[in-house]
Formats: sequence, structure tokens, C-alpha cells
Amino acid sequence: MPQIAQLALVYQSQWFWLLLTLGAIYFFIGRGIVPKVEATVDDRDARIAADLAEAERLRAEADASEAAWRGRMNEAQAQGQTASVAAKSAADRAAEVRVAKADAEIATRTAAAAAALAAARTSALAEIEGVAADAARDIVARLAGATVTDAAARAAVAGAMSRA
Amino acid sequence: MAAAAKIDPMHQFQIAPIGSDSLVASPFQFTNSSLWMLIVFAAIMAFMWGGTKRQLVPGRWQAAVEGLTGFLDNITRQNIGAEGRKYLPWVFTAFVFILFANWIGAMPFGIVPGAHPFTVTSQFSVTGVMSIISFLIVLVVGFWKHGLHFFSLFVPKDTPFVLKLLIAPIEFVSFMVRPFSLGLRPFVAMFAGHILLEVFGNFVVQGLNAGSVMGYGISALCFVFVIGVNALELLVGGIQAYVFALLTALYINDAVNLH
Repeated sequence: MPQIAQLALVYQSQWFWLLLTLGAIYFFIGRGIVPKVEATVDDRDARIAADLAEAERLRAEADASEAAWRGRMNEAQAQGQTASVAAKSAADRAAEVRVAKADAEIATRTAAAAAALAAARTSALAEIEGVAADAARDIVARLAGATVTDAAARAAVAGAMSRA
Repeated sequence: MAAAAKIDPMHQFQIAPIGSDSLVASPFQFTNSSLWMLIVFAAIMAFMWGGTKRQLVPGRWQAAVEGLTGFLDNITRQNIGAEGRKYLPWVFTAFVFILFANWIGAMPFGIVPGAHPFTVTSQFSVTGVMSIISFLIVLVVGFWKHGLHFFSLFVPKDTPFVLKLLIAPIEFVSFMVRPFSLGLRPFVAMFAGHILLEVFGNFVVQGLNAGSVMGYGISALCFVFVIGVNALELLVGGIQAYVFALLTALYINDAVNLH
């Protein structure tokens, strides 16, 4: 086993060159390159994390603006609805007022017409009574030769008409 | 025809001098082991270089490097906690060194004439030093943070006093065994795996050299087996690096977050 047979002869050079090599690896690579590589990886991880956070922030912002837009849309819709309801009720009220006015006018006109009709009727009735009394006086004068006064004839006619 | 070729599966673990004739007991002696350590370092450096482009959208190479560092960052963070990043450089160093040494040692560089592949992690003088470094980090961090209170690591909480008396020595022994088990594990895995590869690789060649039908049969069988062992070797190489990194993180956790 040369490892043991040669040990006394080679251990110094083995240790010297090993420590030299390990020292070079330790300082040049372990303390030189490895931290750089680690820093690169850390930078990348940090950057990815930052990018993700930024994307998340932007998404939240977009959500917020969409919600605000939706709110404004809802508000405008509600406003439009109340405006249309108000306009409709105002129009209804105006129409009612106009209808009421027209009704009142029609009523007064009807009343006037009815009054005129009643007056015409009473005057016509009075005229008929007068004509009937005259006719009755003529008939009495021709048939009986008697002269009846106008008042008596009118009374008789009124009595006959109230009986009829 | 070298029919009686001697199988020497240990030769691959032999450390040979480079640039001089014989080994000298000197720290500056450059050997094939030193050379392969530097090759491992160069390979790690080349691989990690691809991860320094720092692009926002990583390419394949950068993604692989980031995957490796992220994997080890996970190990330290899950086992040690938020403080784990302080210990990432060492856990990372140990992991990539063992991983690259294991895998480079399993590569068929022997095909290239004159190239002699060498698995650095098959030397316990290498894995032992690495486990001692991990153990020292645990000791230093533990005593630095908790002072003498660190010894309460050996005493389980909410246990009857009699049991504490029994358990504390066991805990202490198991704690002291840690550097040995930690260092021996990758060494033994590579050592045994490479002996298997060498032995069965030799059977392939000797079966062919025997020239008989049975020899060819044995050769083919061993070839299939060597392929399997090679795949297993790659798997074990990854697992051993992972186990070393994970256990180092767990042991450091003991020192950082004393129960």
C-alpha cells in the first residue's frame, strides 16, 4: 500500500500542494467566484420578486379603476332613471291639469246649454199656452158665440194641461 | 507476449517525482500527485469561469454553475441556518475538490500514451488533511462561540444523571472519531474502486492474451463488469463529495447552534 509505504517521504509535499490547491480554490473560487454567482442569483430572484410585485400592483390598480368606472356608470344610470321618472311624473301632472281644465270648461258649457234649453222650453211652453188660450177663445166664440176673457181661457188651458 | 504479466493494482497509487529523479522529503517536491491537484484546480477554475458572466437569463453553463453553488448553498443553509453562508466557501471548496478529483481520477486518461492518471483523493494524506480542516473549523467555531460551554455537546439534554454519565464518554469518543471517519470514507471509496478497476481491467487483457475461447469469454465478462464498476465509480465519486460536504455542514451546525 504505497499510501503508507511512502507516507514519511511524501507527506510534506502532499500537504504543501494540497493546502496550496485548497487555499487557491477557497480564496479564488469559494470567496471570489461563488459570492458573485450567489449575488447574481439573488439579484435575479429579487428582480423577479419585484417584477411580480409590480405586476400585482398594476393589476390592483386596473381593478380599482375598473371598479371606479363601474361605479360611475351605475351612478349615471341611476341619475338617468330618476331624471326620466321625474320627467314622466311632471308630464303626467301637466296632462292631468289640462284634462281638469278641459273638463271644467266642458261642464260650464254643458250647464249653459242646459240652462238655454230650459229657458227655451219654458218660453215655448208659455207660448203654447197662449196659442191654446187664443184657440180656445176662438173656438168658444165660434161655437157658443160667447166671449171669454183672456184670463179665463188661460186658466182653463192651464187646468187642462195639468190634467193631461 | 507477456502472458505472465504481473498484476500490480497498487502501482496506480504510487507517488512519483516530476522534474527530479527521486523523492525527497521536502514540502516543495513536485510529484504526480501535485500535478493532478493543479489539474483539478484548473478544471474547477475553468468550470466556474463560465458562471461569472452574470447574465440575467443564464446560459447552460452559467445555469450549471449556479445549480452547483445553489446546491451547496442549500446544504449549508438547511443544516446550519441563516449563518450558513459564512461556511459556504469551505463546504464548497471541499465538495468541488473531492468531486473533481474523484471524477478526473476516473477518466480514461491512460489511453493517451505517456499519461498516468492519478486520483488525488485515493491518498489518505489528502482526505485526512481535508477532514482535519473541517474538524478544526468545528473546534474553533465551537470554542469561539460557546467557550467551555461547548463541552455540553457531549451531554444530552433532559436525560437522567446516570444515563448522562454513560452517554457523555460515548458521545466524546464518537466526536473524536469524526475526523477519521470523515477522511477515511472518500479515501476508501476511491482506493477500493480503483483497485477493482485495475484488477478487472487486467483480467480483460490477460483473457485476451490467453487466446482460448474461455479466455475471450472471461475477457468479455470482465469488460462488461468494468463498465459497470466505472459507472458505479462516477456515482460513488459524487456521493462521497456530497457526504463530505453534508457531514461538514452538520458538524459545523453542532458548533454554531449548540443544543
